[in-house]
Amino acid sequence: MSELSELYQEVILDHNRRPHNFRVIEGATRQEGYNPLCGDRLTLYVAMDGGVIKDVAFQGSGCAISKASASLMTDALKGKTADEARALFEQFHAMITSDHSGPTADLGKLSVLAGVREFPTRIKCASLAWHTMKAAVAHDTDAPVSTE
Amino acid sequence: MATGSSSVAAHLRQGFGGQAAFDVEKVRADFPILAERVHGKPLVYLDSANTSQKPEAVLTAMDDYYRHANANIHRATHLLSERATALYEGGRAKAAAFLNASHPHTIVLTRGTTDGINLVAQSYGRSTLKAGDEILLTWLEHHSNIVPWQLLAEQTGAVIKVVPINEAGELEMDQFAAMLSSRTRILAVGHVSNALGTINPIKAMIAQAHAAGAVVLVDGAQAAPHLTIDVQALDCDFYVLSSHKMFGPTGTGVLYGRAALLEKMPPYQGGGDMIASVTFEKTQYNQVPYKFEAGTPNMAGVVGLGAAIDYLAGIDRDAALAHEDAVLEYATAQVRQVPGARIIGEARHKTGVLSFVLEGVHPHDAGTILDQQGVAVRTGQHCAQPVMDRFCIPATIRASLGIYNTREDIDALVHGLHKVRELFV
Repeated sequence: MSELSELYQEVILDHNRRPHNFRVIEGATRQEGYNPLCGDRLTLYVAMDGGVIKDVAFQGSGCAISKASASLMTDALKGKTADEARALFEQFHAMITSDHSGPTADLGKLSVLAGVREFPTRIKCASLAWHTMKAAVAHDTDAPVSTE
Repeated sequence: MATGSSSVAAHLRQGFGGQAAFDVEKVRADFPILAERVHGKPLVYLDSANTSQKPEAVLTAMDDYYRHANANIHRATHLLSERATALYEGGRAKAAAFLNASHPHTIVLTRGTTDGINLVAQSYGRSTLKAGDEILLTWLEHHSNIVPWQLLAEQTGAVIKVVPINEAGELEMDQFAAMLSSRTRILAVGHVSNALGTINPIKAMIAQAHAAGAVVLVDGAQAAPHLTIDVQALDCDFYVLSSHKMFGPTGTGVLYGRAALLEKMPPYQGGGDMIASVTFEKTQYNQVPYKFEAGTPNMAGVVGLGAAIDYLAGIDRDAALAHEDAVLEYATAQVRQVPGARIIGEARHKTGVLSFVLEGVHPHDAGTILDQQGVAVRTGQHCAQPVMDRFCIPATIRASLGIYNTREDIDALVHGLHKVRELFV
């Protein structure tokens, strides 16, 4: 059960029970993320100010991994520029998909999600919020984002 | 037609003469994969509605086919082609017998249920439907019995109507009767719901639909591994199923069609084997059912399907169903006792499926934790998003049974669910 306790760390279970930034931001850029096969669905709100993410929040329903990932992501993004957010997306994506051999950047609190890489079927859960964020920052699509 | 045997009958049969009429341990020994270990634990396979496991007899038949008979069918003059053709047509004859169809020529061999439904929609539907005609579906349908009809509706201007379900997950039969009209051209209904396990009263529905002048397609994907099917007694126009749900290989399926309808239907796909003669001026199509089987088919798959049908023929299927019903009843009672568990779909007539949710735990998380303990279930929408929407839930945990499942499998599931709760609640 060690991989399992690595996946479901207390921090993740806490974010699942009490997600941070779980609210609507009126007037912000709004982007839907939806994985139709599993039914995970979230709406991300990103408020930019002078090229910087001033506020970011989400609502929706999903598994503990997708909810905790969205919650931790919103904490990490505040104050970042669009380019910094995209760079963080790449680092996070590398962390949850890489094998053990390569070095991974220290992603602080986001590192609790590193255990996902041992569960290939759950990578799409952890990455849904991030792909949704990428689309919201670029604001290049009105269609829901999916990681399935 | 067999419907879900009552549990009383099940116990009577099992208890007869102190001997079980159905020896589940013997059956389990026929399925090599059940000896597999996953994450260091014995495999507990509760995902047969997704795809069933395959008995040794099916694996051997397919291996033998490639070793001793492989050649293309219906065309070469050599011995191997003769063997391959005989085996392929033998598979068709077995499928006809399995469904009690009047003649093997009423059996079209397909890639699976989805392929069969698309064939009927695009061939029968597209050649007969007009704008304003109605296609009647139900709220229980799998996406594969929804989307082909939506495509057809877009092409023809036909209108789709959907029969609602009640809280138990049963069709609202009053609504069904009210929705049938002279505009109804096609009723497409699942025999057994993949998401909830509900057995629909299809015989009565077929009679009512015929009285309204509609043609009926029955999606039998989930019924074939459990129930005895008699297309003549049902009097349905089309019956479709997938080999892989009934202990045969993937990529193979059966479409039964009423002979008079198949005769009138235009080809679905063009290619080799479906033609009688080809010139650039005019191509003559082959006769039914070959008209609908363009290209080199999945011969080994049909051989495997034939072996699966033979395997089922060697089992007392009433006794097997009684065994499955008893395991389902046990599973329902045991899961109901897990704190926070809520069963989704409590129809009076059910087979093979237990769908449920656990309060405070998303089904995916439960699925991962169960998997770590060797218990394979499906979590998600089960390709039945309307059913999930109807019950206002994003997903369920679905334990689904095959003839090889036991009460011990259910005990492992319940033990796993307690572990899920330990971690989450």
